Amino acid sequence: MPQNSKELSDQTHSEVKKLSKLDHLFLEVYKVFQFLARFFKEAFRPPYEWQELIRQCYQVGVKSLLLISLTGLIVGIIFTKQSRPSLSEFGATSWLPSLISIAINRTLAPLLTALIAAGKVGSSIGAELSSMKVSEQIDAMEVSGTRPFKYLVCIRILATTLMMPLLSAYTALIALLGGFLNIYTNEGTSWNTFIEQVFEPISFVDLISSLSKAVLFGFTIGAVSCYQGYNATKGTEGVGKAANASVVTGMFMVFIEEILVVQITGFFK
Amino acid sequence: MEKKDIHTFSEKDPVIHIKGLEKSFAGVPVLKGIDMNLFKGENLVVLGRSGSGKSVLIKIISGLLRADKGEVWVLGKDMNHIEQEELSVLRSRIGFSFQNSALYDSMTVSQNLEFPLVRNQKNLSRKEIDTAVTKVLEDVGLVQTRKQMPSELSGGQKKRIGIARTLILNPEIMLYDEPTAGLDPITCIEINHLINEVQSRFQTSSIIITHDLTCAKETGDRMAVILDGKFEREGSFEEVFESDDERIKPFFDYNFIR
Repeated sequence: MPQNSKELSDQTHSEVKKLSKLDHLFLEVYKVFQFLARFFKEAFRPPYEWQELIRQCYQVGVKSLLLISLTGLIVGIIFTKQSRPSLSEFGATSWLPSLISIAINRTLAPLLTALIAAGKVGSSIGAELSSMKVSEQIDAMEVSGTRPFKYLVCIRILATTLMMPLLSAYTALIALLGGFLNIYTNEGTSWNTFIEQVFEPISFVDLISSLSKAVLFGFTIGAVSCYQGYNATKGTEGVGKAANASVVTGMFMVFIEEILVVQITGFFK
Repeated sequence: MEKKDIHTFSEKDPVIHIKGLEKSFAGVPVLKGIDMNLFKGENLVVLGRSGSGKSVLIKIISGLLRADKGEVWVLGKDMNHIEQEELSVLRSRIGFSFQNSALYDSMTVSQNLEFPLVRNQKNLSRKEIDTAVTKVLEDVGLVQTRKQMPSELSGGQKKRIGIARTLILNPEIMLYDEPTAGLDPITCIEINHLINEVQSRFQTSSIIITHDLTCAKETGDRMAVILDGKFEREGSFEEVFESDDERIKPFFDYNFIR
């Protein structure tokens, strides 16, 4: 209980401060939903910017291939190498292809691809849109009667959503190749046997789950980075903040979604 | 070039009519009751100190910001109650030249000019687009920059391309935000000439936001000074120049006019 007017005033002040923070949070959530609603409203209505969509898909997909190939291959090799001692204790090294197949297809490929994309693509979108925002290029599009939200935001979110499943499948392939190289070197397993064992434990639910995760991750990375970039303020400082927030928030959201999708797909098994 | 003419204005009709316009940011009032009319074919210069709300005024006119209070009518449309679709059409009739030019830095000069054109006028052939781009580049005297990137242009060239990008849609109203800011005196003179040329050739009505009194004198048919969120003095350059108001005199003193 407050004993005097100063304490009362301090308490009221902190309550106001708390309330304003809470208000700020609700306002931010409202703005995010408004942003997403605007995306769904504008993305699928003509005119369609096909040329820009192809350009963005190229930026998201082809330009990430080198990084994804290297990472996928290394993760495939390392994961196989690190799993071997535990399996060999039970004399079960022949299960290595099945083990890496489950790990890569169910979780590693979509998650790894999403984390790389959040870092590479998310930061690039966040920085590009925020610098356009602070240099009034977005305002210039707006006042010339064009639709910058559709051209800049919708196209980029669609591009990341479309490309992520393809990149994820590619990562899985490369990581499996890395795993095969390690198994072939150590156990001498043939390619045909390896492939048979890789596909054996994979169910339809696994494929759907992996695909839907990749789509969801792609949408999230695109939406988060576009939101941060499109709503950037405070000049050049804002550009750095938007790029940073695109990566951090994007990665955080990807992990939360991973847990949710794993829980949901668990019900169908 | 095709024009989406919704309403034809005579010289006596204001193309922009503003009454009691108020705008605040985070509780701080910036505009405190602006009343103004802009007539067809007229260049109105708005003078004022930094932060006096000059740019806010033209951003409200172009629909980038909403007024808190007051009436804003642009080309017969009520900006307080305009729908998004209608606003897009209206904006194609208003040109906005930004202080920093705001050219799209990932596009060439030619692509910068094509961008608003192809999105506002459907079904144009490649030849028609090229012709329109060449014409506006000729109008601003920069045909040779067609394939250059904005980063390769000088400040004056960027301003001209920024103006060309608005001219490609044949605007009825031009809004210039500090058109000569940061430019050398010779380029300033060239920009002033270009503003006058745009007015006479395209019959535009313009609002020119500036602190540069040479620009104001060269380009303005009428001047207004924003002080404390209101238009304090309006009239010809000479009428405003004769003011004894201590808040207005420093503009002229600084520009060595007295």
